[in-house]
Amino acid sequence: MKKLWRSAATTAFALGVAAIFGPAPAKADTPQYGDELRLVVGSNIPSFDAHIESTFGMIHPIRPFYSVLIRVNPDNPSSPTDFVCDVCEGTVPKATDGGTKFTFKIRKDIKFHDGTPLTAHDVKATFDKIVFPPEGIASNRVAYFRAVESITTPDDYTVVFKLKTPTGTFLPSVAMPFNFIYAKKDLDTHGYTWHQKNVNGTGAFKFAEYVPGSHVRGEKYEGFHHKGMPYLDGFTAIAAPKMSVRLQAIRGGQADIEFRGFPPKARDDLVKALGNDITVQESDWNCVLIVTPNHEVKPMDDPRVRRALSLAIDRKGGSQYLSKIAIVKTVGGIVFPGHPLAATEAELSQLAGYGNDIEANRAEAKRLLKEAGHENLKVTLHNRGVDQPYKVVGTWLIDQWKKIGVQADQWVQPSTPFYATLRSKKDFTISLDFNCQSIINPIADISKYLPGAGANYAYFQDEQLVKWYDELLAEGDEGKQREIIRKYEKRVLDDLASQFITLWWYKINPYRSYVKGWKIAPSHYLNQALDNIWIDQTEKKRQLGG
Amino acid sequence: MYGYIVKRLLMLLPTLLGAAILVFLLLRLVPGDICLIKFGGEGAYADPEQIKQCQERLGLTQPIYIQFVEYIGGYLTFDLGTSMWTGRAVGHEIAIRFELSLQIAIMATLTSIIIAIPLGVISAAKQNTAVDYFVRGFSIAGIAMPSFWLGILIILGLLIGTQEFLGRPWMPPIHYKPIWEDPIHNISQLIWPALATGYRYSAVATRMTRSAMLEVLGEDYVRTARAKGLVESVIINKHALKNAMLPVVTIIGMEFAFLMGGLVVTEQVFNLNGIGKLFVESVTQSDFTLTQALVMLVVTIFIVMNFIVDVLYAWLDPRIRYS
Amino acid sequence: MSSIDATPETNTGFRRTTVWDHISRLIRRQPLGTGGAIVIIMMLFMALFADVIAPFDPEANSFEYMLVPPSWEFLMGTDQFGRDLFSRIIYGARTALFVGFACAIVGAFGGLVLGVASAYFGGWFDLIMQRIIDVFMAFPLIIMALAIVSIFGTGTDKVIIAITIPFVPRCARVVRSSALAVREMPYVDAARSIGYGHMRIIMKHIAPNVLAPFLIMLTAFLGEAILLEASLSYLGLGVQEPTPAWGLMLQGGAEEYAESAPWVPIWPGLAITIAVFGFNLFGDAVRDILDPKLRTR
Repeated sequence: MKKLWRSAATTAFALGVAAIFGPAPAKADTPQYGDELRLVVGSNIPSFDAHIESTFGMIHPIRPFYSVLIRVNPDNPSSPTDFVCDVCEGTVPKATDGGTKFTFKIRKDIKFHDGTPLTAHDVKATFDKIVFPPEGIASNRVAYFRAVESITTPDDYTVVFKLKTPTGTFLPSVAMPFNFIYAKKDLDTHGYTWHQKNVNGTGAFKFAEYVPGSHVRGEKYEGFHHKGMPYLDGFTAIAAPKMSVRLQAIRGGQADIEFRGFPPKARDDLVKALGNDITVQESDWNCVLIVTPNHEVKPMDDPRVRRALSLAIDRKGGSQYLSKIAIVKTVGGIVFPGHPLAATEAELSQLAGYGNDIEANRAEAKRLLKEAGHENLKVTLHNRGVDQPYKVVGTWLIDQWKKIGVQADQWVQPSTPFYATLRSKKDFTISLDFNCQSIINPIADISKYLPGAGANYAYFQDEQLVKWYDELLAEGDEGKQREIIRKYEKRVLDDLASQFITLWWYKINPYRSYVKGWKIAPSHYLNQALDNIWIDQTEKKRQLGG
Repeated sequence: MYGYIVKRLLMLLPTLLGAAILVFLLLRLVPGDICLIKFGGEGAYADPEQIKQCQERLGLTQPIYIQFVEYIGGYLTFDLGTSMWTGRAVGHEIAIRFELSLQIAIMATLTSIIIAIPLGVISAAKQNTAVDYFVRGFSIAGIAMPSFWLGILIILGLLIGTQEFLGRPWMPPIHYKPIWEDPIHNISQLIWPALATGYRYSAVATRMTRSAMLEVLGEDYVRTARAKGLVESVIINKHALKNAMLPVVTIIGMEFAFLMGGLVVTEQVFNLNGIGKLFVESVTQSDFTLTQALVMLVVTIFIVMNFIVDVLYAWLDPRIRYS
Repeated sequence: MSSIDATPETNTGFRRTTVWDHISRLIRRQPLGTGGAIVIIMMLFMALFADVIAPFDPEANSFEYMLVPPSWEFLMGTDQFGRDLFSRIIYGARTALFVGFACAIVGAFGGLVLGVASAYFGGWFDLIMQRIIDVFMAFPLIIMALAIVSIFGTGTDKVIIAITIPFVPRCARVVRSSALAVREMPYVDAARSIGYGHMRIIMKHIAPNVLAPFLIMLTAFLGEAILLEASLSYLGLGVQEPTPAWGLMLQGGAEEYAESAPWVPIWPGLAITIAVFGFNLFGDAVRDILDPKLRTR
């Protein structure tokens, strides 16, 4: 069984698609109505306002209450480009006016949970809040919409986005699951902060109850605009910050599903204990752990030292072994593996630290350290106080570095001081950092490695990288984009070793097999509307009893 | 007596004020601020302008003495402020968790009394016998064993045991429902953490019962009773136990105060949405307002319990009042 | 110790009392305390000779041996990184004892100095000191430690600071009350009237007399420090990977894979329990011996 899984998983990875394992092909089943879904969420809710938040701890319990303008196709969520309309009508519009104008027709049959009909004005008010937040009002995704010049409503059911320049990043940004559509009426009468604590959406479920720190409950919205849905009578999202509790809850019948992800060892344990009562879906994950050396602190100013530390990492071995206990697996470059813009295996193997001969890499690393005069290097790896995958990968990295004679220990901080340290420029030598996005949007995503960008904590300057990135933004042809990205990638990971990649995350969702209809996406932020999920109630009764 | 109570009450004030100052200063030393994580946490692109606005909104840009005055002023008017993380009223955030913590504290205290008093009495009555050594060993083990480890073992035992004997694994519920809403759900969730912590606290109480009993058993009137030829069990139950109870009640009272705020670790194991878990969360998220309020709550409970115990003693033993 | 020397019962006069006589008497009077001492000696032995005893490097990953059950090769099995648990338990004793002794000694010494000074100088100094101690004592230990950890961050050295700070006032309170009793003694007055300096009076007359409560607090702190360190590490706010520490070994993978690899959480928990058990037994015995008033307890 285990063996079969591994080979199936590898095949799935090779094809770059998601994989489903488990009993009974889902297609043959007809959805059943009724019952409630119990999901466990490994984080708590900062606020309900998705426009200012960026955590799955908010998305998982709150997303089902809202609709968005366009979303990833719930039946094909593994595709990074397959978007479908949610509140818009028909198919997702193509750009006109040389790529600078997008015209969305809005459906006329949508009502908010309080009865207010949804119109284009609500969509405009929502995106105005996201793109052009008024003075003193927070918005977390202004940067994604820099290209937007204006948002207008020619009539009650049409919204037009006018762009300053054509850009391929616009549609993926609109499709982000954080762009909840709010009612203009609510924004006008209650103000721009009302949605932090109150819910009024057009999603498949109506807000029923929130007990901070404990759970959120939603009830079926009969007036939902996707006909026939949702199937569930409701859902309860239970907060459980510890992974062991989430696992035990699924095993012990207190929860049905968890949408973030578990390591393979946890999956194997669940399947071993419960057999066919567990279904597993797996996918590559648009999150990556990055080692960020601080170029302003010695000895990380020396490219030989940085390169040595990257060469010491056995990525292939890690992919094979570390991946059993951590939610990371896939060897990749700076672009989401499996995306057309990502490096192929042959291209990757040309980069420092990706070659097949790990012993040769490590010998080279030792030579570099010696040359740099740091034979007995001691470093402190700065890390975030989150187990999966940060601390697990950190522990592994320290062991990898030990193999080239580097003595490392780990300095862990809770999230808030962790970021404060990263931003301080001087207080850390080398740190783990990550890049985790919802919609796969490589050109936007790789700005993480751009020197001088707000989220680049390596603190270095390089005009060449900036130049290439500007060229990339202006380039419309995918083949040319790919070429530029390869040069950019080689400079980041190899020539400069300014930052380097450990492993990409790998998403594994084992869940109770009576939960049907959900499909895994390459991000834990995506496909969380819960409208197409249903529960096989006879099967549930068989599994959990009475 | 009233004079003594008033005097003791007045002495509480500097302690409370001192605690307020201490926690305020400690938190101001914590590096980083909540706005960074709110806007730069998981999304990669944080706008410095947004962060600055957030800091202004939360009052973090004000001079420290103004922050302090506002904080103390708020407490004097029973306004605990709003959580920096969730924007909800701190009082509300705490109230939600209080019920659960209170119920566990009561259940654990009951567990502890049921175990401690008989064991302590037997141990004292049979001092320096095998029984005594066993009870002492048992109670020191209770103090030595981390409650969270006992909790881990309980969950492990439940999952494996139920799968073995009932055919399907069972885990206690992981979200709280009040006892009047769903008593079965409620008890089946809370009984385990109550046992895990109850064992530890019973150990403390057992030791206290034993030593208090020993002291009383050495008193003259017990010797007299023995000389009169009373049966040992009558002596213990009728005379000694009653007099030995005061220190035992005291220690149970103090334990209760600790249970209200001290279940920081055990609540993690059982995913309990109580005061302790809230405290860990607020500390790790640098939610100053919430952390301050929680610390003050725990400190106040502790000080008030202390006060009650002191007054009780003074009432029973008039010499204390005049010393 | 003086109270033991004073008991004449085994001094038969036929031979001089040997060290062994003392020890055997101690064992008979304090069987539980002796048990505690044995545990402590074993731990010290483990900590000192960890390099010799431990069969494997406690930090080396070897994923081929991931979560192997206990066997002759791996006496206690391995954890999720394929690290030998037996070796980690042995080295963990080093971490536990280091934290335990560092916190207990520094905390108790700090308390000794503050307590004696407070009692000796009295007046305003004492009053203010006592109010400050009141404030510190009103914080539950773990709450205080967590607050301090959030300032200084995690790691072995920071954990020691976080645990030591709340220990100081606890010891100071106890020492002060003993020192107060001594301060009023005629010989202290006499020394003062001769014109001895404060330092000399404190060192010669007061300090020796508060040694008993000082030692009692110190031994009591040992077990408490080990428990606190385990709690902090379990919360992820204490000692960090890959350093072997028992509380840390109970966290993360130990719980996540507990149902299929129960040995991972069982050994470290047992180690903590036995260690603290030993220190508590020993501490009780020390209290019995040093504090005759509490003898019967």
